Amino acid sequence: MSTLKIDNISMRFDLPNGGHVQALKDVSLELQSGELLSVLGPSGCGKTTLLNIVAGFLAPTEGKITLNDHKVTGPNAERGMVFQQGALFEWMSVRDNVSFGPRMKGESKKTYTPTVNHLLDVVGLKDFKEKAIYELSGGMQQRVALARCLANDPDVILMDEPLGALDALTREKMQGLVLKLWKETGKTIILITHSVEEALLLGERLLVMAPRPGRIHKEYRLPFADLGVGKDLREVKKHPEFSERREEILEMIWNMEEEIMGRVEESA
Amino acid sequence: MTGFIVLALYVGAFFIAYLAVSALYRAFFARIDYTALKTVTFGDESAVRPNRAASVLSVITIFLLWVAFTNSSLPLPQASSPYLGEVTFTYTSTLPDGRADEAEVTVLVYREDISQTVDAEGNPGRIPAAPEVEPGEGFAKNDSVVVPRYGYKVINVLGNDELGRSEDAVITALNGTEVQAGEMIRLPEGTVGLTDKGTPTFSPSTGNRMQRLYLPAPEVTVERFFELNEEGYRNYTLWQHTWISLQRVLLGFFFGALVGIPLGYAMGLTNWARGWFDPIVEFMRPVPPLALIPLMIIWFGIGEQSKVILLFLAALWIMAIAARAGVSGVAISKVHAAYSLGASKMQVLTKVIIPNSLPEIFTGARVAMGVCWGTVVAAELVAAERGLGMMIMVASKFQLTDIVIVGIILIGIIGFLIDVGIRILEKWLVPWKGRV
Repeated sequence: MSTLKIDNISMRFDLPNGGHVQALKDVSLELQSGELLSVLGPSGCGKTTLLNIVAGFLAPTEGKITLNDHKVTGPNAERGMVFQQGALFEWMSVRDNVSFGPRMKGESKKTYTPTVNHLLDVVGLKDFKEKAIYELSGGMQQRVALARCLANDPDVILMDEPLGALDALTREKMQGLVLKLWKETGKTIILITHSVEEALLLGERLLVMAPRPGRIHKEYRLPFADLGVGKDLREVKKHPEFSERREEILEMIWNMEEEIMGRVEESA
Repeated sequence: MTGFIVLALYVGAFFIAYLAVSALYRAFFARIDYTALKTVTFGDESAVRPNRAASVLSVITIFLLWVAFTNSSLPLPQASSPYLGEVTFTYTSTLPDGRADEAEVTVLVYREDISQTVDAEGNPGRIPAAPEVEPGEGFAKNDSVVVPRYGYKVINVLGNDELGRSEDAVITALNGTEVQAGEMIRLPEGTVGLTDKGTPTFSPSTGNRMQRLYLPAPEVTVERFFELNEEGYRNYTLWQHTWISLQRVLLGFFFGALVGIPLGYAMGLTNWARGWFDPIVEFMRPVPPLALIPLMIIWFGIGEQSKVILLFLAALWIMAIAARAGVSGVAISKVHAAYSLGASKMQVLTKVIIPNSLPEIFTGARVAMGVCWGTVVAAELVAAERGLGMMIMVASKFQLTDIVIVGIILIGIIGFLIDVGIRILEKWLVPWKGRV
């Protein structure tokens, strides 16, 4: 079983003026194979930093990440990443984007073509294989990004606000797709979002982070992701517990933001 | 003076053509497109598109003005012509004892560009001989001279008279009008006057057309274009002059890109290279390539080598900066995505960074080609034995304005074609440019 262990991570950025920012402090977390963790928090709580550390783009100042008992020392194909937008390669067709990972590993065309075709089918882009990236809408581009990540068959998928740039309707559809892909592939997923609803809908576990220093504030285990698979997500939202949780978390984050603002006013 | 007439006509043509075309548009086309539906068109940038009718008329206007104000033989309206042909005027010579005599001066005005023309048999034109005239009665004898168009001649009319300077003869009247030294009278054919010392002068009227030295007629220029293609100038045909200039540009640009792009990549990818080359690149960037011509001539002489190296230097910094900008402009998420998809450093460079920098490199290439083309012409102006710049420089020394104009038009067209060519290449190779 693939287990992702985040072990006492701290991250400090030195500033040019001699000061420093404590982006993360003593963050620990364990993720079992196939779990979907959504991470919420106000701006500056270190969610993206955490994700970048897990991905291997940043080295933490303290602590370590282990995946299947291997220490993470840099980015590799075990941990795929889906970005908000702009991470697709415009100079390649949809198909070449999706087959990028297998091609980099030197897989033969024969090996990866069925996988790529299947994934494009799953994300509903069967007829767009030869299209250029700039010919697609924002939602379609994010489908390509999901398929590209899955084509590499990573153990863990890291999503950094993957639906953040989409319009509300497309976003709802894409949330359904993410749930579907998660259930079908059984991947471990960490999803960062700004939307409380999205975090509740998709997260089997939900982590609320607090800023200054970035730390885990509260963790929830939620039933909605399982309820929502293959169903209309709007039905799930009508669940009484859903709105209760939503209000609770909104309140929590609201208070954090207030606190930050208060501090800013005091110092000014 | 003529210049103001041309300017007034040009400005007039602008407005008259506008009124005429818009009246025609209204009469024949009820335009129904998005622009027509706009109530606000003034200040709306999207509503301003070049009116192609205006472009065509603009070119036609320039051509018509060119015909009108040169000695063109095309059957189109023209400005008043300079005088050509024979004209006579009389002078009255008076002796100290009061005796006076009148004699006639015949002036033949010939084309100022006669030596550049050929007759029906293909022989070059010659300055005509002075017309034969009878000496006439009295002590003052008739004279005859030739003057070129737009020219001026001091006519020593007393030289052949029986009683002249040595007898203290003085010219007291021209064409029957009394004149003092320094005065002049106007005739329809030109101006007759007396110098300060009392010798008659004649300058034929110039009209409002420019002489060939300043601006040759369009058909003369076209003729010269074909002649340059067939016979060439200074041992090389026009095509050879053009090709050598182009070849220099292409070679200089090629080596500039060959060195500049990797240099830019290195500067964009490593701190050390960035720091090492920054002072050089930032120093050389604002130095105009033209300022390097003297140094290039000192170092490498006036041959091909010095020109190609000059163009290499002109292109080098532009391409290096473009490639650097291309690398710096890569979205970090693309690089991260490639790494997390399992790409190696080499694969990130070749599959992500290089393709991502292509749009910037094409922009740089357009700038560099433009600069190189301008620089090669300037370098050839200074010293060369072939090339378009050399051709127009040498031609100007021999006052062959038509060759200069052919050269300038060709330089303009080729510069434009280079730009269009790169834009087509750009559309084909980096179709995603500006659409991300």
